Amino acid sequence: MSQSNAYSATAEVGQLRERRSRWETIKLELRKAPISAWFGFIVIGCYLFVALFSPLLAPHGEAEIFKTPFAPWDAKHILGTDQIGRDVFSRLIYGATNTIGIALATTLLSFLIGGGLGLAAAITGGWLDQLLSRFVDVLMAIPSLIFALMLLTIFGSSIFSLICIIAVLDSTRVFRLTRSVAINVTVMDYVEAAKLRGEKLGWIMRREILPNIMPPLIAEFGLRFSFVFLTIAALSFLGLGIQPPTADWGSMVRDNASMIQFAKYDITAAMTPMIPAAAIALLTVAVNFVVDWFLHKTSGLNDEH
Amino acid sequence: MHPILGTVLQRILLGVVTLFFVSLIIFSAIEFLPGDFTQAVLGQAATEETVAAFRKELGLDQPAPVRYMEWIQAVMSGDLGTSFSGRNASGIDRSRSVVDLIEPRLWNTLFLAAMAAIVAVPLALFLGITAALYRNSVYDRVVNASTLTTISFPEFFVAYILILFMSQLWFDFPAIASVNAETPFWERVYKCILPALTMTLVIVAHMMRMTRAAIINLLASPYIEMARLKGISKSQVILRHALPNAWAPIATVIAFNLAYLVVGVVVVEVVFVYPGIGQLMVNSVTTRDIPVVQACALIFAATYIILNLIADIIGIVTNPRLLHPR
Amino acid sequence: MMSTDNNDTKNTDSTDENGQKGDILLEMRDVHIDGFSDEKWHHIVKGVDLTLRRGEVMGLIGESGAGKSTLGLAAMGFAQPGCKIVSGTIKFDGMELTKASENEKRALWGSRIAYVAQSAAASFNPAHRLIDQTVESTVNSGIRSLEEAQADARTLYASLQLPDAENIGDRYPHQVSGGQLQRMMTAMAMSSRPDLIIFDEPTTALDVTTQVEVLVAMRDIVERFNTAAIYITHDLAVVAQMADFIKVLRYGNEVEEAETRQMLTSPKEEYTKSLWSVRALTKPEETSDDVVIEIKNVDAAYGGSVKVLHDINIKLPRGRTVAVVGESGSGKSTTARVITGLLPPMTGEVLFNGEVLPKALKDRSKDQLQRIQMIYQMADTAMNPRHTIAEIIGRPLEFYHDLSGKAKQDRILELLHLIELDQTFYDRIPSELSGGQKQRVCIARALAAEPDVIICDEVTSALDQIVQEGILQLLLRLQRELGISYLFITHDIATVQAISDEIVVMYQGAVVEQGLKSEIMSPPYPEYTQLLLKSVPEMDPDWLTNLVDDRL
Repeated sequence: MSQSNAYSATAEVGQLRERRSRWETIKLELRKAPISAWFGFIVIGCYLFVALFSPLLAPHGEAEIFKTPFAPWDAKHILGTDQIGRDVFSRLIYGATNTIGIALATTLLSFLIGGGLGLAAAITGGWLDQLLSRFVDVLMAIPSLIFALMLLTIFGSSIFSLICIIAVLDSTRVFRLTRSVAINVTVMDYVEAAKLRGEKLGWIMRREILPNIMPPLIAEFGLRFSFVFLTIAALSFLGLGIQPPTADWGSMVRDNASMIQFAKYDITAAMTPMIPAAAIALLTVAVNFVVDWFLHKTSGLNDEH
Repeated sequence: MHPILGTVLQRILLGVVTLFFVSLIIFSAIEFLPGDFTQAVLGQAATEETVAAFRKELGLDQPAPVRYMEWIQAVMSGDLGTSFSGRNASGIDRSRSVVDLIEPRLWNTLFLAAMAAIVAVPLALFLGITAALYRNSVYDRVVNASTLTTISFPEFFVAYILILFMSQLWFDFPAIASVNAETPFWERVYKCILPALTMTLVIVAHMMRMTRAAIINLLASPYIEMARLKGISKSQVILRHALPNAWAPIATVIAFNLAYLVVGVVVVEVVFVYPGIGQLMVNSVTTRDIPVVQACALIFAATYIILNLIADIIGIVTNPRLLHPR
Repeated sequence: MMSTDNNDTKNTDSTDENGQKGDILLEMRDVHIDGFSDEKWHHIVKGVDLTLRRGEVMGLIGESGAGKSTLGLAAMGFAQPGCKIVSGTIKFDGMELTKASENEKRALWGSRIAYVAQSAAASFNPAHRLIDQTVESTVNSGIRSLEEAQADARTLYASLQLPDAENIGDRYPHQVSGGQLQRMMTAMAMSSRPDLIIFDEPTTALDVTTQVEVLVAMRDIVERFNTAAIYITHDLAVVAQMADFIKVLRYGNEVEEAETRQMLTSPKEEYTKSLWSVRALTKPEETSDDVVIEIKNVDAAYGGSVKVLHDINIKLPRGRTVAVVGESGSGKSTTARVITGLLPPMTGEVLFNGEVLPKALKDRSKDQLQRIQMIYQMADTAMNPRHTIAEIIGRPLEFYHDLSGKAKQDRILELLHLIELDQTFYDRIPSELSGGQKQRVCIARALAAEPDVIICDEVTSALDQIVQEGILQLLLRLQRELGISYLFITHDIATVQAISDEIVVMYQGAVVEQGLKSEIMSPPYPEYTQLLLKSVPEMDPDWLTNLVDDRL
């Protein structure tokens, strides 16, 4: 029984894909990314820059109070001053650090809790999975903003409790997603093959499962971040989130909301509450554009034609 | 008994169990309060006796399970307790019952939500379905990009943009929706235009995207391609082949967004100073008025659970596999 | 027999209207079709000509990626989403389909050209009764009234041997079996008495015993109404029963076209011969008394309740191959799960070299795990898509044999060489490999453990014929060189012929018989073995006819 001449395994090139290194693939993808994704990347980059270097960029102090409240836009106060005479432009810059920093910390914490438990539930299955899943079902039966309001009543509105409360509530969604994508991976033959080889649970989790659930989790991180960011902004706007004198975009809108009624006389005055609100919106738009593009890429959807 | 009835009953039972656990969580809120909260409610000057009397009134001298039973019985008979505000150190009690506080505001909120839903639901379904049918057309791209932008906006930003243009610069719609029990219907509608419009914009964006995704998913089924290969016309493919299978996903989308509407109402009510249950809840959180917060949370959660329950039931009763068992 | 008369009259009518048997019905010239994938356009069909006359059945055969389904759909003037007909002409009964409007084509579909899809279960709308779907196009295009069409549908159901033909149409798709649905779809296609039916792999998803019934029903009805058909499949034996002449496609090009008998007896092209290369392989059987694995009185159940294995006894001789055959649901794969310890048996035991293996995976030693390895049907899901080939093959080396660094690298290259791949595959990832190459890497991973036994679960059934042959040759060579024993699970009798020494026949969770290949494959047969063996299509155009005659 000799090997057939017409056939050789290495030459079986009918379906052989083109080879590219990972970096080449990333570059190629980026070059093809639509304008909206590029816009998103640039905006996120700017925000992060401002957030990281806010003390160097801000012309005045975060809580520094000047003599004239409601000062108009001029050279000294680029965007004027607020109701008690603080420089709006400086507070906007400091607000970036606070608002983005807190939202980022909350999202990370929620992924730590939800991702860890979701992975554990998917792999071990059985009663742990059942218990966690039913518990999450109950928590998700209460709208999260309402739940957050209730918990804030009990624990008060410190930054620490704010981060913990939102993170725990948001981790329910992370849990569900992690669990469902991880379960799709755990039924794969390569996981069974690893079990048959006698691999330990930790190795299977780290080497076989985690690398394969990263793309949806990364996308979810973007979505969760913008959701957390909006929730915290909403709470601050309601006066229940980040407390004064810490500069924060949500409470800046609340504090200066009444200035909108001067729009007919001085449009710049009306902008005082609108600018921080727009700052919030712009960042979430940017994140959503990037996530949208990323999801489109990784889900393998090609409905371009 | 038709097997579908069993499935529906099972689902309803599950809803009741969920509601039970949710009520447990909401009830236990008071357990986590720091021990001296009675002092805080009554003020520093409160005497030992008034504090003791207040604690007794709250039933804090009894074990938690007993109090839960009493509380849930009272809730079921329509008694949501008494507000903490209006109490003071002297022991004179000017507090109002929670039901009295909530009832008129609940109607206001429902009125506003209904106003938004009446416009938003049909509009969103129309936009979502047409965008899915004309996928990747210019129309689809425009609708898609603008809804993606809208869902990224915080509700208060949408609200203030509307106030800026519709109430200050171009038109003169009321920026403050002050209504009371005597306000006539059409005046009420007029005053609610901006808050309702805010909610409509936010909901339409969410709902349209979900509808589009659900329809696209449906149109990718092999039986839809088969219908096309059978020479069925485009409209018949949609009406006869896609629609009967679309009820479940569409019901889910609607329920999800009505639930979202209920929550989104909190911020919008605060912006427009609308006397609804959301604003009441925010005020009560600020003053740490636990009974009111509990009652509001319970109402919001129950609405949420019931809406999802209805969507699930619609999904069950329109599923041919369950409708016509083997 | 009134209904049959009725049908015959109709058929004569339509022939009068639309032309005579032997007239050209479909003519495709130099058709090019492109498809979009991996971010660019590829040529799927590269200039194929096709001529089909009235009443003729053409077999369109080729392996995956040959473009046969795309070409079949193009015969309707239809391009799937993501595909486009770039150039060429497609003339159906004088009408140019590439230039026809959507509406003109839609008027043809379902009335003059009908389509039968591979997956009947997914292609019927779950929300409507079967009879409503059967007659939908016929009534829509005004060919028959609703009552007439429904009465006709019931007659069609009866002639397609569907049980309870009067009422089966009132059921919903999920209420009937897969084989019945496939016949139902044939009835749906036939309802309007089209001039042309495209059958797109209609029996591929069915078990062999079901396939026979569906094939008989489809062939009879096409013959009775003298309908022209294009029958697309990858299985030459199946198409030989159905088609008057056969066209072979490869990579979007025509290889050759010939009358069926001529194609089978004297194919012109080397490639055509390779399409039944697996059938040409046979292994001389050998036996051995040295048993490496013995399964004794095993009962097993899923979830402790649904019993799926009943008193299983199987012996695997050392250095030999035992093929386990049976249809889906016969318990073949469950048996494999019991041996590997994934599903601990309720009663009974598994002996390895005469010692009882612990029932559950977690109680087995590393040494026991290393000696029994497994290869899966879908190489795609059996390898982590994020690991390189070196990581995949290297892991058992470091896990079982503590190899690392240069020693590991050398051994990986050695293993690659053993499976006839070279060092360029070392740092590739699975998605860069073809199907056959992936399965080879899976074999290398199993070999890396240096096992005594490899369980092969349908390892060749997802692969094209020529690739299957390569894999089977490789497995045979490895057995000769390394003395490995195989437990080879399959439903394909040709594969069994090619690789096995002994055969185990399973049916509904029980062993029907075990014995040497020659014993099992020759009479006397137990009833089920006979049914199974007789149902496997043979490379003989008269096979199906003879089978039907035998049964009568």
